[in-house]
Amino acid sequence: MQYQFNWIATVTGEPGRWLWEGFVTTLEVSFIGIVFAMILGIVICVLRMTRFKPFVWFSVAYTEFFRNTPLLVQIFFWYFGAGVILPDSINDWINQLYYWFPGPFTLGGGEYTGEWMLFSSESVSVIIALAVYTSAFIAEELRAGIFSIPKNQLEASRATGLTFLQAYRFVIMPQAIRIVVPPLISQFLNLIKNSSLAMALGVTELTYQATQIESYHGLAFEGFTVATLIYLAISLVVSFAINMYNKHFMLQVKY
Amino acid sequence: MAMIEVNDLHKWYGDFHVLKGINESVEQGEVLVICGPSGSGKSTFIRCINRLEEYQKGTIMFDGRDIHAPEVNINTLRSEIGIVFQQFNLYPHLTVLKNVTLAPVKVKGMDKKAADELGLQLLHRVGIHDQAHKYPAELSGGQQQRVAIARGLAMEPKVMLFDEPTSALDPEMINEVLNVMKDLAREGKTMLCVTHEMGFAREVADRVIFMDYGEVIEQNTPSEFFKNPQHERSQQFLKEIL
Ligand SMILES: Nc1ncnc2c1ncn2[C@@H]1O[C@H](COP(=O)(O)OP(=O)(O)O)[C@@H](O)[C@H]1O
Ligand SMILES: [Mg+2]
Repeated sequence: MQYQFNWIATVTGEPGRWLWEGFVTTLEVSFIGIVFAMILGIVICVLRMTRFKPFVWFSVAYTEFFRNTPLLVQIFFWYFGAGVILPDSINDWINQLYYWFPGPFTLGGGEYTGEWMLFSSESVSVIIALAVYTSAFIAEELRAGIFSIPKNQLEASRATGLTFLQAYRFVIMPQAIRIVVPPLISQFLNLIKNSSLAMALGVTELTYQATQIESYHGLAFEGFTVATLIYLAISLVVSFAINMYNKHFMLQVKY
Repeated sequence: MAMIEVNDLHKWYGDFHVLKGINESVEQGEVLVICGPSGSGKSTFIRCINRLEEYQKGTIMFDGRDIHAPEVNINTLRSEIGIVFQQFNLYPHLTVLKNVTLAPVKVKGMDKKAADELGLQLLHRVGIHDQAHKYPAELSGGQQQRVAIARGLAMEPKVMLFDEPTSALDPEMINEVLNVMKDLAREGKTMLCVTHEMGFAREVADRVIFMDYGEVIEQNTPSEFFKNPQHERSQQFLKEIL
């Protein structure tokens, strides 16, 4: 007998609610992950650019280590491994984060128990892993962007009396940013896609929900198709939005 | 008191002795032309004066102060010495006017309106006020270099350094830049110009020095230097550039 597609059943009822939950979780994990990845990436890039050797070594070790080890292993490390070396107080703090947002509550027309809430120790581990992993790439992209600005720009601005920081702020960075935006977008999109690995810890993001739909409703093809389309939509929206922003605010410049 | 007083200036790049004891004194209002073969250390020399290059031995006094004296702020020093580079080095992301006003606004804290006024006035002086709101890439090489001169003047420097300002230009644009420089010279600006433009040197320079292998091997008035070079190497050099 031929397989009967059932798209309606996939996007309504319980599967539909799961997908919505997964979608929101994926967005949250990704958004927070991106914010922290950017912050860490900037810090690591700045450390690398100082002339203070220990900072430089730390930054090099950081980028090489996190870029060259599997993300899934890093996620397991932060979840199972990091707890062992962190002080109890921090572990307790992470564990009780879960209780900050007790369920149930309603969102987007659904009733939620709160179980999928972001601040579980699983989610926190995943966000740390995604942020740290991606920040290593971001740091390298930022550095490449800054290095691509000709040295004579720094020289010309310093020669007029601008301090090093002023020269970076008003001359180097505005030029570097325009170069760096496209590779940064692709790092953000990578993070969003990589957030699907969160299901390994049972974080109920989009991919996890798709597997649930497969297990409980047998809608494997439909579930994964819809999940894929949702990832695609998120990526396109993010990419489009940043490009638009860039066009409006950064690219009013001609070479 | 001389505006710039260079005493036994030595610089090495590793083992390579680039500047081998330069002694030079430039008076206020003087126009000094520096020429010499490529690689003789001309750029290195003038870049030492605003500390774009560090040197290992000797002293440079600027306006009565050792440029390395602890009380001398490097950014203040640099704002008192304008420099124009061979490759213009304008800021591509800023309009012509903003290229000129960036330093007055950020270094001197001049308010934007006053800076714009100053900027337009300087652009007028170099003949490109009508391009003030364009970006550097929209200008010809000669126009870009004139913007670079206006940018160099924006901090009202006591001295202007020029490092082969016309070498990267198409021949038909050289004069528009030289004319601006001549005007400056006639207005009494103290200038050190690395250039091989003999017409410019003859017209406005007070003195020409000839550098070779990191040393000043000859100096004279422009007319004497070009008519009657003393040193064999300067004779050779002048033959080549003619
Ligand atoms: N950063 C550097 N490192 C090593 N050698 C350099 C550097 N900059 C310049 N030089 C060398 O110093 C010499 C003088 O250079 P420069 O002052 O630029 O000469 P000029 O301006 O007279 O052509 C050249 O031989 C050049 O190769
Ligand atoms: Mg040179």
